[in-house]
Amino acid sequence: MSSIAATQKRRSFGAFLWDYLTTVDHKKIAHLYLFGGGFFFLLGGLEAMIIRIQLIKPENDFVSAGIFNEMFTMHGTTMIFLAAMPLIIGLMNAAMPLQIGARDVAFPFLNALSFWLFMFGGILLNCSWFLGGAPDAGWTSYVPLAITSPGHGVDFYIAGLQIAGAGTLMSGINFLATIVNMRAPGMTYMRMPLFTWTTFITSVLIVFAFPPLTIGLFLLMFDRMFGSAFFDVALGGNAIIWQHLFWIFGHPEVYILILPIFGIFSEVFATFSKKRLFGYTPMVFATMLIAFLGFMVWAHHMFTVGMGPMANSIFAVATMAIAVPTGIKIFNWLATMWGGNVQINSAMLWALGFIPSFTIGGMTGVMLASVVADYQYHDTYFVVAHFHYVIVGGTVFGIFAGLHYWWPKMFGRVLNEAMGKLTFWTFFIGFHLTFFIQHFLGLMGMPRRYWVFLEGQELDLGNLISTIGAFFMAFGVVVFLINIVYTAMKGEQAAADPWDGRTLEWTVASPPPYYNFKQVPLVRGLDALWVEKTEGRGEMTPSEPLDDIHMPNSSILPFIISLGFFIAGFGFIYQPDNKLWYIVLYGGMAISVGAMIVRSVKDDLGYYIKKEELEREAD
Amino acid sequence: MNHDHTLNPETMPQEPEKATLEGKNKFLGLWFFLGGETVLFASLFGTFVALRNSTAGGPTSQEMFGLGLVFIMTVLLLTSSLTSVYAIYHMKNNNFKLMQLWLGITGLLGLGFLSLEIYEFAHYITDYGFTFRSSAFGSAFYTLVGFHGGHVIFGVSWLITLLIRNAKRGLNLYNAPKFYIFSLYWHFIDVVWVFVFTVVYLMGKVG
Repeated sequence: MSSIAATQKRRSFGAFLWDYLTTVDHKKIAHLYLFGGGFFFLLGGLEAMIIRIQLIKPENDFVSAGIFNEMFTMHGTTMIFLAAMPLIIGLMNAAMPLQIGARDVAFPFLNALSFWLFMFGGILLNCSWFLGGAPDAGWTSYVPLAITSPGHGVDFYIAGLQIAGAGTLMSGINFLATIVNMRAPGMTYMRMPLFTWTTFITSVLIVFAFPPLTIGLFLLMFDRMFGSAFFDVALGGNAIIWQHLFWIFGHPEVYILILPIFGIFSEVFATFSKKRLFGYTPMVFATMLIAFLGFMVWAHHMFTVGMGPMANSIFAVATMAIAVPTGIKIFNWLATMWGGNVQINSAMLWALGFIPSFTIGGMTGVMLASVVADYQYHDTYFVVAHFHYVIVGGTVFGIFAGLHYWWPKMFGRVLNEAMGKLTFWTFFIGFHLTFFIQHFLGLMGMPRRYWVFLEGQELDLGNLISTIGAFFMAFGVVVFLINIVYTAMKGEQAAADPWDGRTLEWTVASPPPYYNFKQVPLVRGLDALWVEKTEGRGEMTPSEPLDDIHMPNSSILPFIISLGFFIAGFGFIYQPDNKLWYIVLYGGMAISVGAMIVRSVKDDLGYYIKKEELEREAD
Repeated sequence: MNHDHTLNPETMPQEPEKATLEGKNKFLGLWFFLGGETVLFASLFGTFVALRNSTAGGPTSQEMFGLGLVFIMTVLLLTSSLTSVYAIYHMKNNNFKLMQLWLGITGLLGLGFLSLEIYEFAHYITDYGFTFRSSAFGSAFYTLVGFHGGHVIFGVSWLITLLIRNAKRGLNLYNAPKFYIFSLYWHFIDVVWVFVFTVVYLMGKVG
């Protein structure tokens, strides 16, 4: 690393910032996703704390009813769209191209555009806090409530999610094309690491699940901003259409949140048990089966709408069927550890904590799938407990596991183990304190989304325990933040392969050079690196002679395109008030479309790293 | 990746659109995009079918729709699909001039379709008072057909940009995938129109 590394060390903050604003490198885009997603995770966590403080005692008046509505709406929206998904997409960006032996994703420019669309969408949504109030119709934004909600809160929800959602759709297409076209020689589909498999299947879900949300948001936008009548019953509209469109998106969405996590845990269990993943093939097919069934079950969110016993029964049975492939996965993970040389560190702790937590969430899921019982559970804290057990106990645990596991690869330093363990234990205990009791609060009749509960209904103690648990979780997150700062300052430098890993990302330096692989490796089996460690010479055999490497050019255009949509978003939101806002609307669109035209007509052929330059760099 | 601008019919590969990794990625990426677009239009069709009888006392589809106009629109758009096939045929034979000609005809047919659609909408609004806001049926009709029309507008703009940008460059491995994926997109718009014609107009007139 001669000249390039030297200049990178000395550059100014401005150059650093410009580098990240214009980067199309999947590894730097991963950093951006982790930063952006992490920021929104803290914001969503803060909103959660306000919700729990309000519910610490009966008839509390910490926040008003209106603010409380905004808090739970923004908590859900932020955590799903702006925290969990971006963090997952960040990990996919960081690990997937390395795992298949690729030098970048299929569309590096589009990758940057995906990130900036997400970021500007998230910022737009959160601007609502300062501009007359956040959305307050729940993250599901059901009509007619969302149509009649006063102010511009719901308009911000529409515009923000529309922009962020477009970015996510592009990520899905990008990852699919990458995995199909850019696998290293020998990397057949059935030799791909499980995280790459789940990225692939999740991307399919994204491509097919996000368009219904796009349409739903358009219909809501047309009704709220342009006077159409989709949900206006007086003009023949139908409010149930929103619920169908939302959940045709919304149910696959929860699998978008959990399938990549299954992939992360599969990597972690195999690596730290020193064993090949038990039942690799059934794991792949179970993932496909979950994804397929995930599109068949959306109406289980709508049992109480009145679709009739036949529709309800079909969706109930389909929902219960999902427990089968999920159960296969749980048993495969247990069997992976069985007889393995299990090493327990922070990443592994999150994986171990995940199994019982997620299994509880899965079990309550089957309970909720039972239609008759669901009439009792519907819209109570039982549902809140269920989806937090799967989303926190599954997705958040998995993100933490993935961060600990890939942190050395992403940032070149190993996260501190002591602080990692402290984070795990406080968060794990806090999580169960917060949400386990909520099952019983729900069964006792406490409805979700209410800003107060009354005294003397035996709900006091449960809510107090739940709030105390939330503080434990917050403490764990703060320790994790300290860990990040400490690691950046004093953390131990990571070797290329700190965990004695099994897959291709551990064959390159930590952090990897910007071109990833000097020579694309030849893959000889599942767990490519492990094959070489046990049957080869301990390192990958190159599949090609050293040659020039083609690299994409950096570009500021993704930032400008997204900025244009961000500006246009304000135009859309405010044009019903004053037609002058059309200037902002068209101005923003002109910026975006102009930047797209520049992108189209200017040839972007990339550049080549010369063979001689690669030879000069020390191995 | 060789972006040699001096390719001649002898050195041009059989499938120039998939001769480079960039080309392969664009080809596959557009197919996945069309997969997403299919669900997008499916959602719109579902909404339309749910609301197509919710006229709120306004004009019904039987009263308004005239199959003659829609038939001409269908002929225009389906023919434009055929002409784009000719264009790609000439692209594969490395005949840039004829490819430009057939793509130009494709664009003109698309514009013809669009002008008839604009006439159709204006006719409904002025003669029947049937607007985006008058009933749920109106909202669903203009949204579904308008989304399709918007895709045609986007396609024509895309085509014009491509033709102008590459007017004097000839065919090479860098722009061949761009022309090819445009034609894929254009076929998709046609297929959607077949469903619009069936579900909106035929079922609206008869059903």
